[in-house]
Amino acid sequence: MAVQAERATPSTTDELADLLSPTGPGHGVIARGLGRSYGDPAQVAGGTVVDLSAFSAISAVDERTHAITVGAGVSIDTLLHHILPLGYFVPVTPGTRQVTIGGAIAADIHGKNHHVDGSFASHVVSMDLVTPVGVMTVTRDRDPELFWATAGGMGLTGIVTAATITLLPIASTMVSVDTTRHRNLDEVMAAMVDGDHRYRYSVAWVDCMTSGATMGRGVLTRGDHAPADRGRPPTTIPTGASVAVPFNAPPGLLNRLSITAFNEAWFRAAPKERLGGIESISTFFHPLDGVANWNRLYGPRGFVQYQFAVPDAASATVATAIERLAASKVPSFLAVLKRFGAGNRGPLSFPTAGWTLALDLPVGPPALPAVLDDLDDLIAAAGGRIYLAKDARLNPAHLETMYPALAEFRRVADRVDPERRLTSDLDRRLNVRGPRHA
Amino acid sequence: MRDAFGQPQTAILFGGTSEIGLAIVDRLAAARLRHVVLVGRNPSALEDAASALQARSVTATVVLADAADAASATDAVDQAFGALGAPCDLVIMAVGLLGDQAADDDSPERTATMFVVNTAWPAAVLAGCRAALVAQGTGQILVLSSVAALRTRRANYTYGAGKQGLDGFTLGLAESVRGTGVTVHLIRPGFVTTKMTGHLSPAPFSTTAPAVAEVAVTAVMKGTPVAYAPGILRYVFLVLRHLPSALWRKLPG
Repeated sequence: MAVQAERATPSTTDELADLLSPTGPGHGVIARGLGRSYGDPAQVAGGTVVDLSAFSAISAVDERTHAITVGAGVSIDTLLHHILPLGYFVPVTPGTRQVTIGGAIAADIHGKNHHVDGSFASHVVSMDLVTPVGVMTVTRDRDPELFWATAGGMGLTGIVTAATITLLPIASTMVSVDTTRHRNLDEVMAAMVDGDHRYRYSVAWVDCMTSGATMGRGVLTRGDHAPADRGRPPTTIPTGASVAVPFNAPPGLLNRLSITAFNEAWFRAAPKERLGGIESISTFFHPLDGVANWNRLYGPRGFVQYQFAVPDAASATVATAIERLAASKVPSFLAVLKRFGAGNRGPLSFPTAGWTLALDLPVGPPALPAVLDDLDDLIAAAGGRIYLAKDARLNPAHLETMYPALAEFRRVADRVDPERRLTSDLDRRLNVRGPRHA
Repeated sequence: MRDAFGQPQTAILFGGTSEIGLAIVDRLAAARLRHVVLVGRNPSALEDAASALQARSVTATVVLADAADAASATDAVDQAFGALGAPCDLVIMAVGLLGDQAADDDSPERTATMFVVNTAWPAAVLAGCRAALVAQGTGQILVLSSVAALRTRRANYTYGAGKQGLDGFTLGLAESVRGTGVTVHLIRPGFVTTKMTGHLSPAPFSTTAPAVAEVAVTAVMKGTPVAYAPGILRYVFLVLRHLPSALWRKLPG
């Protein structure tokens, strides 16, 4: 949704601190990374968005601890170009490299390795934070409350300028991948429960357009970084996009027919079982980055993402959600299914032990808003939650149920920002920071 | 803040007891609406409408203003935005006075009032809302015009001409806010059976307040600049506007 705001481009911590001071601009301030958010967390209509691209320094890697200090405006793409030749990989990556370090912390992003390695914050040693009450460096020991509120805090506890993170040493830039195809959701989930612990990375792509015996059929890909003798030495740089979508597609290009046909072709194209395949980092981790401007396929009205997590005890909710979507005739592309390991202390950090399902839904079907409202009710009742980083439409009434530690988050945010200078359209829409106290 | 589907959380309804206006608010209340300001003239009718909304967990605040007094527009805007105390997602302009053409025909006072209520006051209020929404960097304006604005006729030319002024003003307003984050949506209903028209026999393609509300809410969610209720009137009036006067005069309704 297009809104208008001022843009600030501070180049020093002092300039940034001025923006958050009582003499700074009014009507709200929020940091912005690469502008790729699915929803409105980095928008603040009528306020000021802060462009952090000047905070772009990258330190040397500490050979002993594998730690590196990175500016908040640095993208994972840029960081990978820097560290892959040195034999390192980022500890956690989402499905795109077009995410900044600041954004990775604000959303406490997860990747295909959450069940083994946890979320991004698990690998953050310290962060430099500019808040309206001052500039500080926070760690797990130095103001742990603020550290954890900032992890997943959607930028509402201050503006991160740099972070020290621990990298993963790798022997090659290739990934050894096992691919298996499963006839329905039960089989996909059983295979994941059975074998995910044997892989660092695991993800299933699930078809939400089929019903009956093939409901939720899917392709499971699992793997780990290949040893040096299996792949090229770690000097290869991931390539950029090889294909581009040149213009906005007409509305309705992605409809039930075209998506059903795509999902069918995609399922047939996957091997029934292929063990030990070798894939590049780009292919395995960042498939979307291979198609520039892929979002244009959705036409002018775009799409919404719906990603939820439910505990193991409520694993049946995954099937119920897919059945409801199929029954409602709302078209949905392939869904991404993952197992989550234990969550962390972050009151707004999304991952919690169990399952997570992410859906891409084209905006347009008149029934879609109500279908998703019903899913919100289902997920909340199951003890689950919605991923704020991808949300653009959650029913605000569920926020406290989904994030039981919300009160703790609000207390910490008010401690470092008592005048509520930090806000975003997501905050306004969901009332994340809560009612003001007298 | 409205969501990705364009569903507003906050709204101001000018014409706070308008049947169509309240039908729109009613539909929004079933989605994300949590606070609405009702601006109008009749305190007891406004309080009744507010209570009905409160019962549905929507905070409803009443602001008194008289659209027959053009000078009250500035105050009405200030009070309405002040009562909301948060960014306003949607402004609904539903003020209108059908009048009594036979009585209006020879009355300078009545004719002046018709143009104040149907044109001058709404346009002045919209100018105030424009400033407030542009400062917010976001917001939508929904204006209820009428197909009567497309071509005036003997039976209601004073009303039709008043709506014509508002209709044209709204189209210009829409152009003026391009690129500001604010959008403007114009609805042109046909004959709507409401308390305002209860004494008249319905014209062809007549519709109801809930049906107009459906068209209006869809236009806001999809970002449609101009919508008709019912939709077929867009094409009916494409023809009617160009009928020779001798034929136009003889049409029913």
